[in-house]
Amino acid sequence: MVNENLVQESVKEPYKYGFVTDIETEKIEKGLNEDIIKLISHKKEEPQFLLDFRLKAFKKWKKMKEPDWAALGYKKIDYQDIIYYSAPKQKEKISSLDEVDPKLLETFDKLGIPLTEQKKLTNVAVDAVFDSVSIATTFREELAEHGVIFCSISEAVKNHADLIEKYLGTVVPTSDNYFAALNSAVFSDGSFVYIPKGVTCPMDLSSYFRINSGDSGQFERTLIIAEESSSVSYLEGCTAPMFDTNTLHAAVVELIALDDASIKYSTVQNWYAGNEEGIGGIFNFVTKRGKCLGKRSKISWSQVETGSAITWKYPSCLLLGEESVGEFYSVALTNNLQQADTGTKMIHIGPKTKSTIVSKGISAGNSKNSYRGLVKMGTKATGSRNYSQCDSMLIGDQASANTFPYIKSQQPNSEIEHEATTCRISEDQLFYLQSRGIEFEEAVSMMVSGFCRDVFNQLPMEFAAEADKLLALKLEGSVG
Amino acid sequence: MQSKMKESDPILEVENLSASTDNLPILKGVSLTVYPGEIHAIMGRNGCGKSTLSKIIAGHPSYNITNGEIKFFGENINSLEPEERSQSGIFLGFQYPIEIPGVSNLEFLRVSTNARRKFLNKEELDTFDFEELVKEKLEIVKMDHAFLSRSVNQGFSGGEKKRNEILQMALLEPKIAILDETDSGLDIDALRIVASGIKKISNAQTGIILITHYQRLLDEIKPNYVHVMSDGQIIKTGESDLALELEEKGYEWTDNFIKET
Repeated sequence: MVNENLVQESVKEPYKYGFVTDIETEKIEKGLNEDIIKLISHKKEEPQFLLDFRLKAFKKWKKMKEPDWAALGYKKIDYQDIIYYSAPKQKEKISSLDEVDPKLLETFDKLGIPLTEQKKLTNVAVDAVFDSVSIATTFREELAEHGVIFCSISEAVKNHADLIEKYLGTVVPTSDNYFAALNSAVFSDGSFVYIPKGVTCPMDLSSYFRINSGDSGQFERTLIIAEESSSVSYLEGCTAPMFDTNTLHAAVVELIALDDASIKYSTVQNWYAGNEEGIGGIFNFVTKRGKCLGKRSKISWSQVETGSAITWKYPSCLLLGEESVGEFYSVALTNNLQQADTGTKMIHIGPKTKSTIVSKGISAGNSKNSYRGLVKMGTKATGSRNYSQCDSMLIGDQASANTFPYIKSQQPNSEIEHEATTCRISEDQLFYLQSRGIEFEEAVSMMVSGFCRDVFNQLPMEFAAEADKLLALKLEGSVG
Repeated sequence: MQSKMKESDPILEVENLSASTDNLPILKGVSLTVYPGEIHAIMGRNGCGKSTLSKIIAGHPSYNITNGEIKFFGENINSLEPEERSQSGIFLGFQYPIEIPGVSNLEFLRVSTNARRKFLNKEELDTFDFEELVKEKLEIVKMDHAFLSRSVNQGFSGGEKKRNEILQMALLEPKIAILDETDSGLDIDALRIVASGIKKISNAQTGIILITHYQRLLDEIKPNYVHVMSDGQIIKTGESDLALELEEKGYEWTDNFIKET
């Protein structure tokens, strides 16, 4: 049909963040072995416990096999052909933003993340990560007044080693999966957040991840701890330049919520997706997991996944505390030859735990978009409940959408609900909007945002607007 | 009737229009001219091509024009996109208004209204100014403000959907409105509301085409002309009493006209 083609045409949009910053970087040699890991640890002046952590992880990783159960197809990754540490050359010790290379500030400026005192975003504290290292964190003093720690994880290793030693790897063990083990062995930087007892974090915290080098992988590690009765909203954004090679991104995020604490973690992922023929693009293999350790604690994941050649990601919740709550709200848009296998795991362990899953997948072009989710009720999860809703929207007749729900219940006194739908943008809907003066492209993007509304409603205000804009951008383009 | 002297230029001229979908001819040479201030009714059996004619005038992509032309203020619009036709003042009231899940009715109406305003070189309205405008227009169709926060037509009753169409017409202030069976599925009260809405919106500068099966809408809005369609053609044109005669004698009566022609 004529319109089907037009819809497909309209989802082509050039990637806006594909530029490369020309900056001198310090890179180590390609490849992975114990010496490389020791070198990374040495460069970062790490304590012995962390080096041991890395080496243990590496040992396990060597014995593991790359998972092949996801509905993804890609060329085998050569792990010896990757650079595991790359950092922009800077002065040894940076005491203020004035000493940061202006090229780096300019890069983040171009990405819409101004860091300098005059221009910085007024209501969000930002940790900016460039390749393997954190460049700057804004609003640190203001946050410190409330006892909130927000810094790069390297810095936390130096200044808050006790917290790192206590919590690192407690949610995602080093041997959890192939990519988590790899990350545990080589992670370079990422963000660390600590919210003390009873504190509501006075502003949103945000990390912005930027891959600049083409041949180095990015392995960031994020750890967020919310003490009793505290709460925080954390946002994460990602972009990368256009390269014709695939870059590996294997991150680990761990969240810990104690009694009555709540963590809201939102992601807008817009890594470079490769070109229309599927050349280049980021391989995004991410392990994100939250532990609701405390009673009545709550962890809420929301994600808008639009980039990457491959997305393999299942932000999960371990619901241990009585009456704890886990949530997962996801929009995944794939186009051209992008592949996404994403979803969540809700593991109900404690009694009266609750989880909600809302997933919206949009597939266009020749892309493949799968939802994969596990809901498990353990023997002690009496009176627990789950509600899942998985909707897919297909654009064109070449894209595919799959839903793989896994449901395991060992607890008769619990409830699990699963709903799934698949829809297509119909010609009649488009004609209706067009016959009211609304341009074709805008009509498509209106319907797509309408489809995603339940998820966008969960995002923090500024982020929701950004996500909506991002989808519109991805859907806008060369009609006619 | 086209031989009558008119003081102004026609709004819409459909000239010998033939159209098909999937190579199946639907319209077989339809001609129709609408002058400012005129109300035309088109009647005919299901499947005679009435709805197709309305969709083609609005620019539905599923139909191919095989012959003839559609002129709007003298300009051929055969190749214009549906949105361009709407922006320039052609309005189609749908027989079955489409549901758009997740898209708020208010935002839809605002974007639509602004597209028309932009064409008219009028200032586009922000949410607050638009709220004011829409409040006033809601009165015309006696709709509650709560309709605005719902998704477009989703979960609306038949009558609510039709009133939402008339609300859109009120906001877009078209030059010509083609209302495709706007009266079907309405109870008497809703019919009165819709009919009085149409009357309030139309004026000496606008043209209206009512596509209907029933006399009851034409009792409320008296047409200047009534056309009877059959098998893709207009087989008879008369004044408003033709509709009454049709109601009395049924479409079988009109079958004779085909034999005559």
